[in-house]
This record gives sequence, C-alpha cells and structure tokens, in this order.
Amino acid sequence: MSRPKNQNYKGHGLSKGKEREQRASIRFKTTLVNTLMDVLRHRPGWVEVKDEGEWDFYWCDVSWLRENFDHTYMDEHVRISHFRNHYELTRKNYMVKNLKRFRKQLEREAGKLEAAKCDFFPKTFEMPCEYHLFVEEFRKNPGITWIMKPVARSQGKGIFLFRRLKDIMDWRKGTAGKKLTSLEAPPARSTVNPSGSHDARSSDDQKDEIPVENYVAQRYIENPYLIGGRKFDLRVYVLVMSYIPLRAWLYRDGFARFSNTRFTLSSIDDQYVHLTNVAVQKTSPDYHPKKGCKWMLQRFRQYLASKHGPEAVETLFSDMDNIFVKSLQSVQKVIISDKHCFELYGYDILIDQTLKPWLLEVNASPSLTASSQEDYELKTCLLEDTLHVVDMEARLTGREKRVGGFDLMWNDGPVSREEGAPDLSGMGNFVTNTHLGCVNDRNNQLRQLFRSLQNQKKASS
Amino acid sequence: MLQEESDLSLIIAQIVQKLKGSNLYAQLERQAWGSWEKRILKSLNSMCTELSIPLARKRPVGEQKELLNKWNEMGTDEPDLSLFRPVYAPKDFLEVLINLRNPNYENGDSLSFRTHLGLIQVPLKVKDIPELKEFFVELGLTTGQLGIDDSTQVPPELFENEHVRIGQKVLAEQDSAAAQQYIRQGSPTALRAELWALILNISSQPEDILYYEQLKTNVIQHDLLVDSLIYKDVKLTASNDDYYFVFEDYLYQVLLCFSRDTSVLGHFAYNSASPPKSYIRGKLGLEEYAVFYPPNGVIPFHGFSMYVAPLCFLYHEPSKLYQIFREMYVRFFFRLHSISSHPSGIVSLCLLFETLLQTYLPQLFYHLREIGAQPLRISFKWMVRAFSGYLATDQLLLLWDRILGYNSLEILAVLAAAVFAFRAVNLMEVTSLAAAEAVLADLSTLKVMPLLQIFLFATVT
Repeated sequence: MSRPKNQNYKGHGLSKGKEREQRASIRFKTTLVNTLMDVLRHRPGWVEVKDEGEWDFYWCDVSWLRENFDHTYMDEHVRISHFRNHYELTRKNYMVKNLKRFRKQLEREAGKLEAAKCDFFPKTFEMPCEYHLFVEEFRKNPGITWIMKPVARSQGKGIFLFRRLKDIMDWRKGTAGKKLTSLEAPPARSTVNPSGSHDARSSDDQKDEIPVENYVAQRYIENPYLIGGRKFDLRVYVLVMSYIPLRAWLYRDGFARFSNTRFTLSSIDDQYVHLTNVAVQKTSPDYHPKKGCKWMLQRFRQYLASKHGPEAVETLFSDMDNIFVKSLQSVQKVIISDKHCFELYGYDILIDQTLKPWLLEVNASPSLTASSQEDYELKTCLLEDTLHVVDMEARLTGREKRVGGFDLMWNDGPVSREEGAPDLSGMGNFVTNTHLGCVNDRNNQLRQLFRSLQNQKKASS
Repeated sequence: MLQEESDLSLIIAQIVQKLKGSNLYAQLERQAWGSWEKRILKSLNSMCTELSIPLARKRPVGEQKELLNKWNEMGTDEPDLSLFRPVYAPKDFLEVLINLRNPNYENGDSLSFRTHLGLIQVPLKVKDIPELKEFFVELGLTTGQLGIDDSTQVPPELFENEHVRIGQKVLAEQDSAAAQQYIRQGSPTALRAELWALILNISSQPEDILYYEQLKTNVIQHDLLVDSLIYKDVKLTASNDDYYFVFEDYLYQVLLCFSRDTSVLGHFAYNSASPPKSYIRGKLGLEEYAVFYPPNGVIPFHGFSMYVAPLCFLYHEPSKLYQIFREMYVRFFFRLHSISSHPSGIVSLCLLFETLLQTYLPQLFYHLREIGAQPLRISFKWMVRAFSGYLATDQLLLLWDRILGYNSLEILAVLAAAVFAFRAVNLMEVTSLAAAEAVLADLSTLKVMPLLQIFLFATVT
C-alpha cells in the first residue's frame, strides 16, 4: 500500500501497489433475495453468477463462510462480505470477554477515566462459568432486574427476566448440566427484532460451543428512554473495511424501532416473563405491515433536539460514536483482518432516561428485507453506498472522507470533519467526521464525487 | 366643490355598500351554516339510533376504574369501531362550500375576464400578490429565514447563530409581542415549544393543571358517543401515520378531554356557527332541557386528530399539550371547518387559492379545469388540515411558526398555490383528475419556505 508522499493523510486503504485494474464486468454472487439482489442486479457492469461459477464479489451468509472460507482461494481483487471470525464481535459472550479485556488494557495504559468510556455494555456474566461472579454482583445490587439470554438466541425462547436468585436456581437445576440435545436445538435461524424483521443467525454460532447451554445474565436496563410511552431501540449501520489498520464508516441514516406495547415494569414482577411479550410486536387488526413502527433517525434526532436542546443531542451522538469505535477496537487484535473481507454491521443501541446510550448487540447480518417503502429506500441506498465504498470498480482515490451516506469515522485514528485538515485529535476544536441522523444528501454528493473523480482521471491520463 | 361632493358621495356609497354587504354575509353565513349543521346533527343522531348507543351515559364504577388504569395507554385498547363512521369528511364540507351563493349577487350571463372559474362562487375580498408581499414582508428574499438560511450549505454565522441568540433574548424577557414578530422568520428547534407557549399566552399555572384534571375526571365518569368517533379518527389517521403513530396515547388524552371542555364554547362568540344542541331524553324541543353536544360544541370530522399530532412533537406534559392545542383551536383551527367571511376562514382561503392560481397560472388553471380536475378539489384537504400529515414534520412546524407569527391562515392558501406552481410542468401533462392527484399525492419532500419565497417574491407576474 503506497502512501502519497506529500501529505500525512492516510488513504483509506485501497491497494495501490499497482494501478488497480478496471474490470470489464464484475461477477457477483449472493443467496439473499431482497433489497440486496435488486441493488446488485441494477449495478452497471455487474453480472450474476450462479452455482459453481467463479465470482469476484460474494455477499455470503455466515454458514457458507464457516464451511468454505478456509479452502477458498481468492484473487487479490476479490471481495467477500464477512470476516472469518466476526463472531468475536457479534456473539455476546465473546464480545463481553473482548470488551472486558480491552477495558483492563485501557485502564493500565490510560487510566480509569479512559477505561470508563467502555462502560456502555450492561454488566454481563457468562453462565455457567461466571456464575459465582454473577452472584457477587447480584448481591451488591439487590432488587434490580436481570435478563437471561441464550448466547445463540433462538426466537425469544429461553429469554426471561428475573429479580430473585431463587428464579435462576430453578432454571439452573432444570437446564444447566443437560447436554444440548435436539430437544433444545434452536428451531429457527433467526431472532426477531421489535419491528418484526429478522437478523440472521446460524447454527454456526453454536458450533464452537460446549454442549451445555451457554447463557449470559445481563443487567436489564429498567429506565429506557420512552417516546409516547413506548420503548424503542436504535439500529445504526457501521461498515468496516479492515481491522488492521482499523477503517470504519458510519452511515448517516438508520432508524428507531418502536415496540407496540407500552413499557411497564410491573409485568415482570417475580415471574418468568418471556421477552417475546415485550420484544415482539402485537399483531392487531389495525396493524398495517407497511407502516413499520419505525422512525428514521433524522426524525428521532429532531425530536430529541426539540426536547433537550442541541448540546445534549450532540453529547448523546458523540457517546454513540464512542461505542462504535471502542467496540471495534476491542476486537481489533482478535479478528483475522483479511484484505478480501469487509463487513456491514447493524448496531442495536438502547437509550436510557439519562440520555446514556447502551450497546445491546452487534449484528453481522443485519436484516436487509424492507418493511415499508421508506425502509426499502433506506436499505437500497445503504447497500448502494456500501458497494461504492468497497469500490470494485476502482474509481475512488482512497482519500475520500465521505461516500454517499457513509462518513469515514475511523481511519487508524479519529477522522476530523474539516476539509483538508490533518487528523490530529489533540486539537481543541476537533470535530469528528460523523453525521448520524443528519441530512443525507447522498445523490448530490455522489454526483459531485464521481464527476470530480472522472475529471481527475482525465487530467492525469 | 363638486369634486369633494362626489368624493363624499363615493365614500358614503362605499360605507352603505359595506353595511349592506355585512348584513348579507351574516345572513348567508347563518343560512349556509344552519343547513350544514342540521345535516351533521342528523348524521350523528341516526348513528346513535342505528347503533342504539346513547349520546351520553354515565360509566359504571368498574368501567371507570379500568379506564383510569389504562389512561396512559388507551391506544392498546381495540374496541370494535367498525360500525362507526366519521360524521363527515373534508370533501363533504367542500361540497357545501361549493354551493354557497350570495342571493343578492348578480353574476350576469356574460362571461368576462373577471369571471371566476373556480369552485367558490362567493365574492369575498382576498389579497392579491402585491398585497400578500406587503403582508408577508418578512418572508422576502433579503430577510433571513429558518427553513432556508439554516441549510447545511450556509455557514451559521451568516444568520442562524444571531437568530438563535435573539430568540433566547425574547424568551428571557417573556415578550409575547416580540416573540410573534420574531417567529415570522422561523423558530429554532430548541426554542419552539417555549416560543409558541409565549405567543399563545400559555403558562402552566396550578389552576390550569387542575382544570385539565377535572376534564379527565369528566372523561372517566361519562362516556360520550363522540368518544368513539374520536377513537375511530385517531386509529384511521394518526395511528397510520409513519411519524405520529408514536403519540397515539397522547391524542386520546387530549381529544377526549377537549370534547368535554365547555370553555371552548366561548369561541362561538366570534364564530358565525353555533354549537349543535341536543335535548335530554324525552324533552325534545324544550329549551330548558337543551345541552350542547358534545359539551365543547365541536363535532370531530375525519382527520381532526391531525390538528393535535404535530404538537406532540413539542409538548409532552399532557395538561400543557392540552392547553396549547385548545388555544390553537380557538384561535385558528376552528376557522378551517366553519363557514364565515373572515379572511382566515376556509371560504376565503379557498377563494384566495383559486384566485392566485387563476391570476398567476392561468394556463395551468384552465388546463386542470378542462380535464375535470378543479385544483381546489385537490388542495382543499391540505388547507382544512393546515397541511398536517401531508408535509414532513419539520416543514410543517416551520409553516405553523408563520401562522402564529402573522396571526393568519392565509399562508395555507399561498402555500397550496405555490405547490401547484412548483409541479406545474408535470400537471400540464396530465389528462385526468386521478393523474393530477397522483402528481400531488406526496408532499413529504417539499421544502416549504423556498416554495413560498419563490412564489411570492421571485415569480414574474
């Protein structure tokens, strides 16, 4: 990878060992049939290959990855949509381990204050191995609510809230120690989000598991921020092009997913309550599927601004930036950073009443099916811009800070918003280059970008 | 001497004309409204009889308790509303307005260029563009505006920062008149809730909160037929809206109380309508047993709840939200669905819209009329709802800023004309009413302030 000699700015990593060849056509493969298929089919110069044909680009699912990645040779230009061991970030127990370790490291290197920036994940304990640690924490905080989740989530089954140790003693007797048999094998391959869309999980996630059911006990956030009396979480998209060095893009659009039921803590009083009651939307005769129960992030951001003022909103969004960056940094050294790989993550964030954001989970295969016309447009644009950043057509210079709706959030260091300014975080007036929930005039930007790239090419040829 | 005399007689003639006119108009209003009112009441009564539901009844204690418990989540209720119909919809009201005639006005058989080709045949005085330019002078091209000069390309130092500073000062000094002048240039998001409250003279005193609580008690104790109509309207309109569905519960809390608020009757003093009356069972026709029904004298029509929905964006405390809505209603919204000759009344707005179109876009107007797509048939619903549910929320709030600032609804008619002007090219190509409706179906991408500015100040007339 060559660096331009006359500036310190690091390109965002397109291989420049030799001029990247422009391909006549790009052969793509995917098994998904939703917005992704539409986007791929409409991309000029991209041709679909089926079955055993050779491909340049594969948007694969994680089970294929597990089975084939290790014995697939890929030319330098080839791109694939997952990192080999993404589950270090996307499976709760691994994520927690990585984050805890990263936090300790930060505390050693930079002190308690810096380490506290990692406190965006509700206290989580892996079961059964951390059971005793959990009990200690439990005793320190009597009366709070905990949630028990199986690590490879299966459609709400097995998730419950509890407040008394006695409740999980019973559970422990019942299931822990039992081998994972076909009885308890997760029936579905997906988890359901409040909006009803599905993120893909696969049995691959359990392959590395010990046969005993793996669960995590996590502190339940009892004071979520409510709008109209309803609980919601945020879905945000982060595109990682490489881990070493870490290069991540943040998409401006996203949405808030509302649950149809009104939030109340009273229904979990001293009982097992399956989360499906809260997480799954009530199906009512008035429910119109195309309505979607979602707010675009722009609307959410405006709502908060009118209620709390712009400064509070700025703080909240920069706290969210912190979540994205720290979570990626915590797995930076563990994930196999193959140059063929990129990954589009779906982050689930919950805001509490003090306007603190919490990380619920990271999805390696965020749902790409559209629940409404608006949703369809969001996902189509998201995918188009993802493909622009992946840049199979070799059009970008590698120095762009914005491509369509994506802003370069981290480039082996923080990225500043200002044009041409060196990216030094030591500067007092450093503003990060993130625009989550802001205006997304991607069409204009793309037009200008590609026009200027064309001009540059003409000038240099 | 002769000149003075003739001047004098001219003045006298004008005064006489004015007096004559006003009497006629009053007559006209009373006649027209009278028959419309009868129709509405008849519809309500027949629904009552068909469904064997009383107009009002006292709730049994058990039901009262249940409602009290559910007060904050009435949206989760799903009563069977299939047999209820809205009492009327905007298009029914339009038919009434179309048939308004001044019996003393001689149109003559000869058509001249002054002949009005639109649907409204009542010759009220409306402003033309030069007069509108004067009236809306602060919207001019050389004055800074929120909705234009706060866009991302404009550096905030040019206008926005200073404007925000002035807004904060106005709030600090609690100067209602200054706020009204200030808001003509738009309100910053963070200051809007307070500014509107200041202009409307709403301050949450303990007695206001108490008043609201009393209304709430009223709702708990008595069930009105109108309640079901309110439920139905909310479910049909706001709940199906992509953004307002979240506020469903607030809408019930406001509208149910509103229907019992007898202080709203006060607005009928300057409204040419009179509140519908009903009689205690068995005492039909006996004035001593007449009561206003519903207690606030306002029968909700299809889409009524959309007057409240945008306010939920700004106010979250039920009694404050209620007060703001009530004040907005008795100052502005009632004029949109009652017959009067007031310049902000719906009749004048319709006429203003048609006149603007006929005068400044004659080709478009004529074309649409020829294909059976009278423009008013399309724009009427926008104006009746003050564009709520048609524009994006942030644009709607910028529009309502100006309604408050100018204390007039005329801007709705101007905006409607501006929308037609904006889409004129497409509209010239359509050949049916349905196609015209399709061109104008989606207003959610429109930017209100540039449209208004171009139409008023930048179009060659």
